[in-house]
Amino acid sequence: MIGFFDQIFVLLQHWIVSFLPAAWQSAAGVLLAVVAIICLFPALFALTTVFERKGIARIQNRLGPNRVGPYGLLQPIADGIKSLTKEDIVPMSADAAVHFLAPVVMVVAVFMGFAVLPMGRNMVLVDMDAGLLFYFAIGASAELAVFMAGWSSRNKYSLLGAMRAVAQMISYEVPLLLSGVTVVMITGSLSLTKIVAAQNHYSYGLPHWYIFTPWGCAGFLMYAIAATAESNRSPFDLPEGESELVAGYHTEYSGFKFALFFLGEYLAMFSISGLGTTLFLGGWSAPFSFLNWVPSWIWFFSKLMLSIFVFIWLRGTLPRLRQDQLMNFAWKFVLPMCLLNLFVAAAWRFMGDGWLRWVVCSAVLIAAYVTLGWSEMHRGKIGPRSYRYAE
Amino acid sequence: MLGEGIIKGLAETARNFFGSYFFAERLTTVEYPEERIAPFEAARVFPFLVFDGTDALAGLRCTSCQICEKECPPKCIYIEKSKDKKPDYVGRMQFYPARFEIDIAVCMSCQICVEVCPFESIKMNTEFELATTDRFGGLLLDRDQLAKPNSYYQKIHPAEAATVDARLGEEKAKFAAKVKATSDAAAAKSAAKALEGANG
Repeated sequence: MIGFFDQIFVLLQHWIVSFLPAAWQSAAGVLLAVVAIICLFPALFALTTVFERKGIARIQNRLGPNRVGPYGLLQPIADGIKSLTKEDIVPMSADAAVHFLAPVVMVVAVFMGFAVLPMGRNMVLVDMDAGLLFYFAIGASAELAVFMAGWSSRNKYSLLGAMRAVAQMISYEVPLLLSGVTVVMITGSLSLTKIVAAQNHYSYGLPHWYIFTPWGCAGFLMYAIAATAESNRSPFDLPEGESELVAGYHTEYSGFKFALFFLGEYLAMFSISGLGTTLFLGGWSAPFSFLNWVPSWIWFFSKLMLSIFVFIWLRGTLPRLRQDQLMNFAWKFVLPMCLLNLFVAAAWRFMGDGWLRWVVCSAVLIAAYVTLGWSEMHRGKIGPRSYRYAE
Repeated sequence: MLGEGIIKGLAETARNFFGSYFFAERLTTVEYPEERIAPFEAARVFPFLVFDGTDALAGLRCTSCQICEKECPPKCIYIEKSKDKKPDYVGRMQFYPARFEIDIAVCMSCQICVEVCPFESIKMNTEFELATTDRFGGLLLDRDQLAKPNSYYQKIHPAEAATVDARLGEEKAKFAAKVKATSDAAAAKSAAKALEGANG
């Protein structure tokens, strides 16, 4: 029975496919999984928009949307109808073809990332050996869509937003990759299913997730920072800083194209959270061995929702960074920490079992964090802002 | 240490988030059309005219002195003086406004008219739901719309109304005493004259 609920979607897929002739079965199975992903994540996006608005409202002592349907839960439907019925404006001097393609490329690139994410036991669309590599390659092409949008709109705000977005995404792509590399170093595989399998065993009922190791904890923190910047979320939402750039690279988009950008952004957030879950939080494995009876996909999606909650929480808490602070933070703090983390992970790998590697690795990382953070704050590069007023 | 402020901030927002489900002071929204809070005593929206007693025209305190009309910065008050006179709140014969109009589309709620009024006649209302479908006629309030009984004034601004009532009562008593004194003097004089006549 436990196995049945765990594998319910896999069995459902096999059952539906079994009605088809043998030659079509594998293609139909893939198609079915694709349709499931394409339906599921936009639905999750719709839910997330309303929960985000409500959560941020609560953080700001407000109620949030509560007029459309019970507790405002039908708000995304109203928003969808609104964006579908709005006029689709293409600026007269815009490059119409690229302007049209940009949101499509964005959504397609983001959807591709879901192909390699293991969402449960045996629930991965393409079990690729180089899954992580594929994910990062596809994830980087979302930047192209952003720049296409900014460039083709022929609007200074769009272009500025796109330039900012590209600068930011490329800067944070490096720490994102490097924090992922530590996991590859320890696991010895680029396959995401193997990475989950490597974390899915327990001692004393506690899991061997990578976040519970010194290098994994540091790597996860760096990954979380880079992922926030990659998905253009607050406090790294400079590309669409509405107080400076109207709406950044999607200023000239209206109606459903705008909704597609919005969708793409949230899907990118989901997929990057899913990857973080897979790399550091044990993917679909249960947090305690006695909870193994709960279906694996429930664990994956609860971890995903938890990360999204943290994203929303951060958005409700932190103000936006300045461009120079953003760059300083990426190149002078996150990147050195990631590089150091590579050495720490290597040390962890070769020091063998025992308490010594825990002490050494944690000490190195904490010392580096404190000294690097202190020196950067001392030089005024990152850390609290100081204001000088006109005399 | 680096990141300390972020942790503090996250703790504060988490307190707001979870607190909003349990404590009213962390969820201060009043869902206006369904829920309302009692209007504040010091609130002011647009002016209205106070009248004593039950008859709006007879009890109107306004003597049509037109000071408010002159002082009004955006010139939203229009007053037309009456030809005849009627007794005011103390019983003195005074003019009264034949027309008294305030264009609340123009009024800026500065309360200067209230401050300059020597007769405690014009006061600030707390009524704020004044939306109308007619943006010209509907926002031009005439004398009958502006006149509100003193009891209404006492209800919306209790403390202020109490001092005003005390002052007016004093004035009324003083005037009554004066009237009595003059009538007494006149009576005494006429009595004396009568006496003189009788004697003469």
